[in-house]
Amino acid sequence: MTTTTDLRSRVEPDRVHGSLYTDPAIYAQELERIWYTTWVYVGHTSEIPQPNDYVRKNIGPQQVVLTRDRTGAIHVLHNRCSHRGNLVCDADRGNSSSFRCPYHGWTFANTGELLGFPFNQGYGGAQAKERLAGLGAAPRVESYRGFVFASLAAEGPTLREHLGAAAERIDQLCRLSPEGEVELTAGWVRHEVTANWKMLVENETDGYHPQFVHSSIFSISGSGIGALYSDKSTAVTRALGGGHSENDLSPEFRKLGVPMGWAGTPEARIPDYAAAMRAAYGKETGDEIMINGSPHVMIFPNLFIAEIQLFVIQPLAVDRTVQHVTAIQFAGAPDLNRRLVTQCVGSVGPAGMLLADDAEMYERNQRGVAQRQPEWLDLSRGLQRERTDERGFTVGTATDETSMRAMWAHYLTLMDPA
Amino acid sequence: MTAVEEGTIALAEAAAFLYREARLADAWELEAWEALWTDDATYHVPVDDAQDPRTHMSIIFDNRNRIATRIKQLQTGKRHSQRPLSRLCRSVTNVEVLGQEGTDTVVTSVVQVLESRDRGSTWWVGRVTHRLRRVDGELRMAGKKVVLVDSDRALPSMSFLL
Repeated sequence: MTTTTDLRSRVEPDRVHGSLYTDPAIYAQELERIWYTTWVYVGHTSEIPQPNDYVRKNIGPQQVVLTRDRTGAIHVLHNRCSHRGNLVCDADRGNSSSFRCPYHGWTFANTGELLGFPFNQGYGGAQAKERLAGLGAAPRVESYRGFVFASLAAEGPTLREHLGAAAERIDQLCRLSPEGEVELTAGWVRHEVTANWKMLVENETDGYHPQFVHSSIFSISGSGIGALYSDKSTAVTRALGGGHSENDLSPEFRKLGVPMGWAGTPEARIPDYAAAMRAAYGKETGDEIMINGSPHVMIFPNLFIAEIQLFVIQPLAVDRTVQHVTAIQFAGAPDLNRRLVTQCVGSVGPAGMLLADDAEMYERNQRGVAQRQPEWLDLSRGLQRERTDERGFTVGTATDETSMRAMWAHYLTLMDPA
Repeated sequence: MTAVEEGTIALAEAAAFLYREARLADAWELEAWEALWTDDATYHVPVDDAQDPRTHMSIIFDNRNRIATRIKQLQTGKRHSQRPLSRLCRSVTNVEVLGQEGTDTVVTSVVQVLESRDRGSTWWVGRVTHRLRRVDGELRMAGKKVVLVDSDRALPSMSFLL
């Protein structure tokens, strides 16, 4: 096991050591101290809208089942029978008040409670239920505006403390719905990369790479995205605390000053949506919401909201990571939602015109850091021009590495709490 | 004006078209491959074939414009996931003519592609449905759907022409 002294010597304010991406001992420690301790995004309440709905999800390599019991309460259960350790839930999703293990027929409620075990005289009768275990459950499950997070640690900061200012970005996203709610109903594409999970986290709010990695699509599609991440952009990179960070593109969207300009969708194409927004919020506020646009925020360690799509990062091994991605859907916005699915499908996933190229960079990076020299990765971009904004957050320009530095500082507080 | 000829396309001619399309895709003959599509074509690789691709995520769901964009992106030479180009060899088998839908003949087949890249080799296997149409005397694709065997699992990047 890597000692914490080791770790402190591998993370410096302006550089990190390559072994942080390749050392299996560090990965094992990350699972314990980050993935199985801090708040991790699991799923959304819109994926289990009805009593007894369930959907299979993950916390890193752990398989969990996100359930809504008959009273409406939400649970995150480990997919492991308390008898012989068999997987109890096979289906990706469904509606059931209980799960029955296929091996010996033990049955569990969707709260995790053990309900029954066949031929119970072998255990001295039904009252053995008192001493036998139910399904393992995440000790802490909380949701914020439908976004369900779990912590596998019994104690720690509350979800609101963990989210901090990142919660405002979830608010910003929800406000884009005339009903104030996001719905994740478009299904998922799963994209696997041979790379360490932190390569993905760092890339999500890296404003330096788009002009290079995505020039092939920007140059032919007339997309304005490239310009948002240029030297001249007024967008900023902001560390939100708690390892969370954002590319705040709203200054550019305000300069554009056009409702839905951020989405590249003329209002005339989504008249019902624009009308519903103005009816819900009033003309002035409705326009302001539609001009300011959607957030581009990485909520540490695994939830990335990128304007029109939502990614969930799942590490499987030190050099294997899956990105689950779906098009964000807004309650009360059917005309916009269809466009979002179309746009999102073109961009993301294994064949996506953006994400396949990001994935190529993750994988090239992973092979690159395995080379011996130089041992360190540079994180110094923009350090000399960082400033503190009016709310006390560290801010860099659109292309600075402010977000990565903040991620690593938070990483150390989790990996070496002393 | 384009002239669309109706009438079912025979198995041998359909199979010959599929083999040619496969050869062009393997050889990165981008313009020749693109020319096989009709103006109203759709190219679809679903995650879940039971779902409506207009409301659900797909791996690929391209209309004709987006097929053109995909080709242009490859032609920039800066599509990093295809630098260098994947080495490809595919076989097309189990070809059957299923019937006629309006002007189009529906043809099913199985495709198996070996893709070789620096990251390693990937074996892509799926059931394909083509909608073929005769336009100005030439066979064209009005639709192509590839249902990968493992479409709903985590997949590596797949930025070649499937």
